[in-house]
Amino acid sequence: MIHTVLPFVLCVVLFIIGLYAIAVKKNLIKVIIGIIVMHNAVNMFLVLIGFRPPASGPVIAPIMTPEMGHRDEAVRALLSHSVDPVPQALVLTSIVIGLSVVALMVVMALRLHQKYGTFDLTQITRLKG
Amino acid sequence: MRGMTPIVKTITALLIGFIMLFGFYVILTGHLSPGGGFAGGVICAAGLLLVVLAFGADTVKERMGHNMAVLWEGLGAIGFLAVALLGFITGTFFAHFVPHNLGVRLFTGGSMPYLNLAIGLKVGAGLFGAFLMLAAFREAERGGRDKGEGDRS
Amino acid sequence: MELLLPLTVVIPLAAAFIIPVASLLGAKRGWPIGEIVALLAATALLIVSFATFASDIPITTWIGEYKAGSELLGLTGRPVPAQVAGEGGAALPGGVVVDQVVPNTAGDVAGIQPGDAITGWKVAEEGESRAFQPLGTMNELRRANAMLEPGTRVLLRVQRDGQTLEIGIRGGKSVVGIAMVCDGLTRLLLLVIAVVSFAAILFSLSYMRTYTQVHLYYSPLMLLIAGMCGIVVSGDLFNIYVFLEVAAVASFALVGFGVESEELEASFKYLVLSAVASGFILLGIGIVYNLRGTLNLAQIAEFTQFAERNDAMWLAMAFFLAGFGLKAAMVPFHAWLPDAHPSAPAPVSAMLSGVLIKASGVYVLARLVFNVMGASTAVAYTLMTMGMLSMVVGVFLAVGQWDFKRLLAYHSISQMGYVVLALGVGVEVLARQREMTVQWQSVAFLAIFGGLFHLANHAAFKSLLFLSSGSVVHRTGTRNLKELGGLRGRMPWTSLFARIGSLSISGVPPFNGFFSKLLIVIAVVWAGHWVLGALTVLVSFMTLLSFTKVQRYLIEGDLPVRLHNVRESPAPMLLAMGVLAVLCLGLGLLLPLYGGVLLKPATNHLMQLAGYAKSVLGG
Repeated sequence: MIHTVLPFVLCVVLFIIGLYAIAVKKNLIKVIIGIIVMHNAVNMFLVLIGFRPPASGPVIAPIMTPEMGHRDEAVRALLSHSVDPVPQALVLTSIVIGLSVVALMVVMALRLHQKYGTFDLTQITRLKG
Repeated sequence: MRGMTPIVKTITALLIGFIMLFGFYVILTGHLSPGGGFAGGVICAAGLLLVVLAFGADTVKERMGHNMAVLWEGLGAIGFLAVALLGFITGTFFAHFVPHNLGVRLFTGGSMPYLNLAIGLKVGAGLFGAFLMLAAFREAERGGRDKGEGDRS
Repeated sequence: MELLLPLTVVIPLAAAFIIPVASLLGAKRGWPIGEIVALLAATALLIVSFATFASDIPITTWIGEYKAGSELLGLTGRPVPAQVAGEGGAALPGGVVVDQVVPNTAGDVAGIQPGDAITGWKVAEEGESRAFQPLGTMNELRRANAMLEPGTRVLLRVQRDGQTLEIGIRGGKSVVGIAMVCDGLTRLLLLVIAVVSFAAILFSLSYMRTYTQVHLYYSPLMLLIAGMCGIVVSGDLFNIYVFLEVAAVASFALVGFGVESEELEASFKYLVLSAVASGFILLGIGIVYNLRGTLNLAQIAEFTQFAERNDAMWLAMAFFLAGFGLKAAMVPFHAWLPDAHPSAPAPVSAMLSGVLIKASGVYVLARLVFNVMGASTAVAYTLMTMGMLSMVVGVFLAVGQWDFKRLLAYHSISQMGYVVLALGVGVEVLARQREMTVQWQSVAFLAIFGGLFHLANHAAFKSLLFLSSGSVVHRTGTRNLKELGGLRGRMPWTSLFARIGSLSISGVPPFNGFFSKLLIVIAVVWAGHWVLGALTVLVSFMTLLSFTKVQRYLIEGDLPVRLHNVRESPAPMLLAMGVLAVLCLGLGLLLPLYGGVLLKPATNHLMQLAGYAKSVLGG
């Protein structure tokens, strides 16, 4: 059981570290890094839930031809032991989205440094109330 | 932004063809092996960035400037939407309008290679434009012209 | 008809990318290509959203191909009761007689022929010990099949010509396509999005002249519209996430558009909180996928109906409530909204406050809680608490504001609290299954109806208020109420529209706010929550207080010296505000005319809870 639980524990630990960085840290760059760590934890979680246990014996990958449909046992054996591809597609999309959000955040942090002269969040508080 | 030493410039000029070729290969065989539009686009963008870094932004500005990136990005997105709407010829949204079946040949992917091409174009141009935005900050801080709000990748 | 749903997303997306290309190619001639394309796209979106009302049934468009487990089985048949004697005199036990076997499906491959009577089924791996389960209708087989893993072997006990055979068939669920669904709630929200976008774009035609880099403005605005349309149209959990992110990234770019320091700070805070929300939502999606094996909303709803409840769904629901609550600016996740909404240009504020917090927050919450994850009292109490806190906190913080747009932003929090409270009361009533009499059903109906009506009304009057604030800023250059005053003389139309908006949001008849607030209060009290009803009335009174102050300082009073030369705003801005003002008046008075077409199907589709699955997947 430790083999199946430990990766998820890592995910949770990373998520909490990311949230801590976002909530507590005062430096803009550290907040951005916290967001990156949090998104990585979620992506790792998504990949982990697609995991299927490997087959016990050798699984011979069938050569796919157009005539094969639902009939062949080799296809079924392959499909039941291979990793679920749907979470991997989700993770790919999520990484792309995270990339664009982080790029936007970095640009904005650079601009903020230009205007305020500091990266410290406690001093970037002209909007109040 | 200044360029780099002549060694880097020569090597870049020799290698850029191979980098773009590899990027196109990853885009085109996206339906057969890992890669596809996004990964291939990133490789092409990296190749273009190499050119900008090696030769300096001032030299390449008129041929590979920000306007170019925006133009190709838009064309890539319009191409993607066009392929998606063309699927209505054979049925639903995004349906394959060229034949596709379970083979491992290059032309058996249905409309997926076209989608991959469009995405590769868009991602390559978009990431390149985003890098130009980031690099242009150094110019702006030194008193160059201001470039407006960030990226739309 | 199938083209309509993709068109709602494709039109703004295409416009978003045609605008930079066209303005680059045509920049030298000085044509306002960006504005023309944007206006055309907004008009086209309006036409498409009206066209979705052409038929009453939920429209489902599948991207790619959809072969449900039922189609893979390829069998259609009619039930046969047990007493009927078949040909040859033998009495058949109750079962299903196969009418049609589609070629090349699993049923055909297994050898089932038309005329066979299927009398029982079981999963093949369970061995001989498990008995055959009786089969009443083909739908039962389909539904049971839809919950099995893909490729599971199902044994059917078949009677053919008096013999009993056991035929193995490859069944299991499979959705090989992505759904776009348009039911009543979607139509309502599409219409709201289309109308508010049209008004905002019309307004931006002249408002954005005061900004530089205008050609960078219409593209993210179109992306925002495309993202929001995609959220309400998609029938797939991950598609919702993708379009949510598209809309959110576009809104980040728009909030920081003026690149002043305050706008950047607001945009950064909004960014960080929104990224946290996206992380929560993605985590929730991962948990749901792990439990149910599918991302299709309708299939998850089927599981809610038939499979046993797993405790991990509560965790997923908690993450969804946190994530989408943050997008909808519920207390305690509201901290980004008072900074982000005032900093954006006025038409963008109207879009953000008018539709984004609805489409990406309240709509998805409603869809998930009612249709997909099931109504339960815990979720209901959470929603009601969040709604109540938002209402109260929003309005109390708004009363002391002197910045006009910041005041409006706080009121957005408060009014969204109204909607969430109403929906929460509806959930609570629906979750009490034991007492589901007709009277309780009508209480739930009234609560949900009031909530959705208030959602539409809020889009109308809040956008109107934000646009009028934009008009004021355009001409006077300030949005501080202490520096304004007496605009009724110099800017009569803007004052009129601002007054209409203020009266609407305060709940003064005959404007629309009055009717929707009345419905919500009646429903809340009728459901037995006296204290909440009293709080709702109190909050409404404080809203009136707040907007009396706005009217006093904005419209009445004396004109300050430095504003003596302001003129009225240009015509497109007035036209946009006029459209919304007419809606504010008409939505309230004409409710009997359009309520049956617009709001009643939306309420019904929410109230059918997990019956959503049946209307989407077609039984």
